[in-house]
Amino acid sequence: MSNKMHIKMTVNGKAEEFLAEPRELLIYTLRERLNVTGPHIGCETSHCGACTVTLNGKSVKACTLFVAQADGAELTTIEGLGTPDSLHVLQEAFREHHGLQCGYCTPGMITRASKLLEENPTPTEEEVRFGMAGNMCRCTGYQNIVKSILAAAAEMNAAKEAAQ
Amino acid sequence: MKDLNEEQQERAAGLKGLGCSRKRVEDARFTQGKGNYVDDIKMPGMLHGDFVRSPYAHARVKSINTDAAMALDGVVAVLTAKDLEPLSLHWMPTLAGDKQMVLADGKVLFQGQEVAFVVARDRFIAADAVELVEVEYEELPVIVNPFEALQSDVVLREDLAGQTEGAHGPRKHHNHIFTWEVGEKDATEQVLGDAEVVAEETVYYHRTHPCPLETCGAVASMDKVNGKLTVWGTFQAPHVVRTVASLLSGIEEHNIRVVSPDIGGGFGNKVGVYPGYVCAIVASIVTGVPVKWIEDRMENLMSTAFARDYWMTGKISATKEGKITGLHCHVTADHGAFDACADPTKFPAGFMNICTGSYDIPTAYLAVDGVYTNKAPGGVSYRCSFRVTEAAYFIERMIEVLAIELNMDAAELRRINFIKKEQFPYQSALGWEYDSGDYHTAWDKALKAVDYEGLRKEQADRVEAFKRGETRKLMGVGLSFFTEIVGAGPVKNCDILGMGMFDSCEIRIHPTGSAIARLGTISQGQGHATTFAQILASEIGISADSITIEEGDTDTAPYGLGTYGSRSTPVAGAATALAGRKIRAKAQMIAAYLLEVHDNDLEWDVDRFVVKGAPERFKTMKEIAYAAYNQAIPGVEPGLEAVSYYDPPNMTYPFGAYVCVMDIDVDTGVQEIRKFYALDDCGTRINPMIIEGQVHGGLTEALAVALGQEIAYDDMGNVKTGTFMDFFLPTAWEVPNYITDHTVTPSPHHPIGAKGVGESPHVGGVPCFSNAVNDAFRAFGLRHTHMPHDHWRIWQTANRLGLHD
Repeated sequence: MSNKMHIKMTVNGKAEEFLAEPRELLIYTLRERLNVTGPHIGCETSHCGACTVTLNGKSVKACTLFVAQADGAELTTIEGLGTPDSLHVLQEAFREHHGLQCGYCTPGMITRASKLLEENPTPTEEEVRFGMAGNMCRCTGYQNIVKSILAAAAEMNAAKEAAQ
Repeated sequence: MKDLNEEQQERAAGLKGLGCSRKRVEDARFTQGKGNYVDDIKMPGMLHGDFVRSPYAHARVKSINTDAAMALDGVVAVLTAKDLEPLSLHWMPTLAGDKQMVLADGKVLFQGQEVAFVVARDRFIAADAVELVEVEYEELPVIVNPFEALQSDVVLREDLAGQTEGAHGPRKHHNHIFTWEVGEKDATEQVLGDAEVVAEETVYYHRTHPCPLETCGAVASMDKVNGKLTVWGTFQAPHVVRTVASLLSGIEEHNIRVVSPDIGGGFGNKVGVYPGYVCAIVASIVTGVPVKWIEDRMENLMSTAFARDYWMTGKISATKEGKITGLHCHVTADHGAFDACADPTKFPAGFMNICTGSYDIPTAYLAVDGVYTNKAPGGVSYRCSFRVTEAAYFIERMIEVLAIELNMDAAELRRINFIKKEQFPYQSALGWEYDSGDYHTAWDKALKAVDYEGLRKEQADRVEAFKRGETRKLMGVGLSFFTEIVGAGPVKNCDILGMGMFDSCEIRIHPTGSAIARLGTISQGQGHATTFAQILASEIGISADSITIEEGDTDTAPYGLGTYGSRSTPVAGAATALAGRKIRAKAQMIAAYLLEVHDNDLEWDVDRFVVKGAPERFKTMKEIAYAAYNQAIPGVEPGLEAVSYYDPPNMTYPFGAYVCVMDIDVDTGVQEIRKFYALDDCGTRINPMIIEGQVHGGLTEALAVALGQEIAYDDMGNVKTGTFMDFFLPTAWEVPNYITDHTVTPSPHHPIGAKGVGESPHVGGVPCFSNAVNDAFRAFGLRHTHMPHDHWRIWQTANRLGLHD
């Protein structure tokens, strides 16, 4: 169709190029077009954060961005954070501290937490709670999510110190 | 159980069995974005369905014009009731003995009701086509209040006109569904009439919604070549869905495969059968290609599975000293447009008759009237066993009101009325047999842990300081002691659509000594793959890490009634233990053959059979498994498999003692939870880490319900809380850290003594939060104020009490 846009983006380090209607929502681009199904759809109103991805270094909710807004962008999703052989510290920490139950919020939650810890590598519990308030979880009551993120922060800092 | 020596303890620890905080096996895929939820399922040529929904709460459908929608490129079909009628699928039976429209048949009865189903190449085209379907409505008078419904001349359910008998007995009015009575009416009224003290209150438990983060959805694929229908969906009871699908469609049950993939939370929302599932199936049959239907959040909140909406009027009587003598409860239950409650058939108000709570109340009576209104159908058990949260909220509010009436401390009033440890098994006045409990020990432990006396002193000081104008914050101490009734249930009195509520487990031991077990339940985040393997590990001596647990595929799993009402551990967990014992019994015969001794000369030792008195002579389970496949043993069939279908002799009765300390700013209505202590007794504890996680989650859902979450309607039947802007889901910012604790009182009738825990924190938490708010204002004359206690309502309460003067 004539109203399609030529879109380029990098998703988890892989260059993607395709034609899409500008109104296509980024979450559908990821999930349906590119088969990146880690990010989920929970509300489509920017509240729940299940669709959280990192776009050009910022946490965004992919359910309320048009693909046109992501043209030329660099995106990271949960799939880009770690590999089965080398998990991200947060992926390990969530398992270790029972920071997830049904798993539906988890990809968005971990993706957001990874940005949070870049923005603030030594957060207090209060800062974690505030920084994660855009991501909803119905199962855990957040207590173990907060615990997981604080534990990951401590581990990342310890690793950094050891490297220095 | 015998005490284990050090060497045995080491072997037992290696099994990661009962009592081990084993890390979850599910987490690897979830933390890496590799979960497989229904919306992740993609099939070649798959189409997408979307609904045209009614903007009106009550209207006649004059006409539906689908021409413009059908003309849109990419639209394949638009289904209306007329298309479903030849298949007799324009209506479907509900789990509660009623029927409900799949697509609007002549009229609509609630806002958001399904009117037409558009099937298109992708979601975006389907959404465009929904806008192009022209529906002409004629508005009818709307009734959103159940009391008004029972007085009104307006007939909501014209299809039932003239029917004076419903699925649960006589109907008193055209908008009345049933009356359900339990207990002794006359005797209770007599006790209340003669009582020294009677407290009365009407307690409204508002309408809300389970709202899992993943909405409902399905992918239906009709393979016309083989005549097989496969349906993937958000089903908490996949086997029942298969049976219902077969009965509705006429397709033989062996030709239907229902699969629940990973489920993104359920909380009761995914028990029912929804029009979307039916339409996806029909659309796949019609088009011959797979059809996906995924509801959006607004559709989820507006149309699938509300919870609560109970108006409960209570009278509770006692002696002057506070000994409770009788309880009377009447409920007006707003069921919405169709009675689609997901309760066992014989219990149209679920287990509301657990409303005598944890107390030894000699005489009681309960009556529930179900009523139709212009609201969405549902009435599911949102993170609770059937209507148990309503019952617990009712009795725990009535206790508080009685304490006010008696001018007594509410903790002491509870203590003097608890069922005593030696009274178990206890027969309640409303017909239940409580299996086990030690309420006094739990209560004392809880009150001591929070320094209850100190809290009351601080509270009294705060009231004085408030009166002197030194603070604008009040302090509430919320108490609750709850008894749940879970694990439905005995087939003799519990069924859903005629299917007895047993559950099942089938185990196969592989030759090299690892295993797979399949169950009739389905996890939605509870961690079944982790915990059921632990139950089995302790029974058969194979490490939990070597046991795969599978659920949710009706082609492979044994028949079961699914996961809700905290029934997985009490029922399927029992089936797992018993199937494990069958494995062990056969293993004993094999070991006896291998060791050339009599069966009776062997004893079980953690992971092996040992010759009594000769500990050096043994066969491990691994060795036995191999022998089962490679030796010809006289009189013993090859292989090592077992299946168990477990019909529980009784429900289980978990209990708990909760205390909430809350500070309330009377000028803003903002409440802050300073401390929340939760003691749970769920009997034998399988995985303490998972139990704690369940408690945190259940308490947070309780906090949500008590402090703001509701499905609210205006007088026109418009849903006012259709998105997360208005429907309260707490974030990390609004939720406290909880202190968890426990006592252990095993269930005497469960094979491993486990009772179930997932719903306890919600059942106990809602009254605890609510009692804290009410308690904060007790010193200023408040008896009761309705939930949800959001900031605005708390401010209004303070204002009404003159605290802003």
